[in-house]
Amino acid sequence: MSREYPQDSVGLVQPQVLHFDQPLELVCGQTLNSYTLIIETYGTLNKDGSNAVLICHALSGNHHVAGYHSDDDKKPGWWDSAVGPGKAIDTNKFFVVCLNNLGGCHGSTGPASINPETDKPYGPDFPIVTVRDWVNSQVRLADHFGIQQWAAIVGGSLGGMQALQWSIDFPERLRHCLVIASAPKLSAQNIAFNEVARQAISRDIEFHDGHYYGENTVPRTGLMLARMLGHITYLSADGMGEKFGRELRSDNISFDFTPQFEVESYLRYQGKRFSTAFDANTYLLMTKALDYYDPAAEYDNSLSSAVAQTQCKFFVASFTTDWRFSPERSREIVDALVDAGKQVSYAEIDAHHGHDAFLIPIPRYMEVFSAYMKQVEADTPAIESHDTVGGTDNAC
Amino acid sequence: MRADLEIIEEWVRPGSRVLDLGCGDGELLAHLMKQKQVSGYGLEIDHDNITLCLEKGVPVIEKNIDDGLVSIRNHSFDTVIMTQALQVMERPDQIIDEMLRIGKECIVTFPNFGHWRARGYLAFRGKMPVSKFLPYTWYNTPNIHFCTFKDFERLCVERNIYIQERTVVDHSHRDHWWIRLWPNMLGEIAIYRITR
Repeated sequence: MSREYPQDSVGLVQPQVLHFDQPLELVCGQTLNSYTLIIETYGTLNKDGSNAVLICHALSGNHHVAGYHSDDDKKPGWWDSAVGPGKAIDTNKFFVVCLNNLGGCHGSTGPASINPETDKPYGPDFPIVTVRDWVNSQVRLADHFGIQQWAAIVGGSLGGMQALQWSIDFPERLRHCLVIASAPKLSAQNIAFNEVARQAISRDIEFHDGHYYGENTVPRTGLMLARMLGHITYLSADGMGEKFGRELRSDNISFDFTPQFEVESYLRYQGKRFSTAFDANTYLLMTKALDYYDPAAEYDNSLSSAVAQTQCKFFVASFTTDWRFSPERSREIVDALVDAGKQVSYAEIDAHHGHDAFLIPIPRYMEVFSAYMKQVEADTPAIESHDTVGGTDNAC
Repeated sequence: MRADLEIIEEWVRPGSRVLDLGCGDGELLAHLMKQKQVSGYGLEIDHDNITLCLEKGVPVIEKNIDDGLVSIRNHSFDTVIMTQALQVMERPDQIIDEMLRIGKECIVTFPNFGHWRARGYLAFRGKMPVSKFLPYTWYNTPNIHFCTFKDFERLCVERNIYIQERTVVDHSHRDHWWIRLWPNMLGEIAIYRITR
């Protein structure tokens, strides 16, 4: 007998694999002649294709946003708290599309995929993909479903950058843009963190210049260190203090280098888990996409000019203790949109969770998110409500 | 709709770009967007009010106005409005300067501390006035900079601010002929249209 899922869960879901044969020219100058995107969808697309919401993932995210892949899954998708029947992104009302971006390691074409020209994995030869490339690939995805205009494009962190890029590059193809815990470009400090992460990976002896697939090994230590570093920057000092304090794992200090503080073993556990679940080359690519993102660069470094041609309405949110993508950076986006005369709302959420807050169902966050999504709904013609019980209506 | 908001509506030109400082639940902007096709934003700090604005589809930006409005360009709004919030500002004079910098014209409303009831309260009871309309006691009031109409108009003279229009009403936002006889004594709320 299959497991019972909560009423507000999309329940059991299945990914779908789409092949695209139309070559995709990348910003770096290279071309992907064909590629695969793995996606998931929840809810039902209405007849005029007007109720579609695209969710763009962050650095380590993927297409599995909500629900469960099998009855044995302990954890649902990475943003299950915000996506489902009656949730902020209501799958009774919206057709939700999520994908694993190009360069990813969860089923879309990426460094571990076979390069048709060499019949070997791309490895380090996989072209550097940028946020704009991802948006271009997502346009093909929209075309595949016959979605002329997204009701909304939603993203947190690196996902927010994609949403913002959509609004700039394809202004007529979205009505709402939700940019959460993001930034208009990375700061030097942020790039520096990414560089340490990359160095940790590429200096791992098991990295083999990125050709580790053929060596039957993976740079586990490097990935683990990269993740540990990342993880520290995704939490706030207060949040870490609250969660771990100086708690010890045993009663006494042992005067050696084994992990004794709870925070040490937590980081090791997180790092280790990540190192077996994520691809090192993908990590390098994703951090580069972050570093290179700077939509204002082509507009004389004026973000106001960059967003001048956007046509959608915007919702921007940030979290008070997020120092990796701080509220100041979100306010830069808001200021530019105000300067350009665009319709924008902004909320700054009190939260002690640091950058991770954007994935956590903090009551006020969910309240403003849901309130804004009501507007998205109001701006969606011919929305058909499907009050189905969770999990039975997954168009995959 | 609140009567003072109706008066303000008459002063806002159709299709103009409006900034509402301390926009509350967004009632005024929602009305102006619908009736006068204005565009613009509300600035608000109260969480519940921000949610109410979002639900109405009123663009709202969470911001403490006391932190300044430096990111907003000179004269980038047709009208900057502040209703019943001047007295809670840290520096009302500076915020008025800022409003006049970013707006081509401004509409300001505030309660009159020179009203006879406030005067009487202090004169006869010897205590800071507390009323249904101003329900706080001196130690917990958010209203830290009360002024009278005379005070405000004096500030306008000192700062070369031109008062284009003034309407004085009672606490129900109604206009009466007798208020016009002695506004600083009989009026409870003033609505000013100012430029520089």
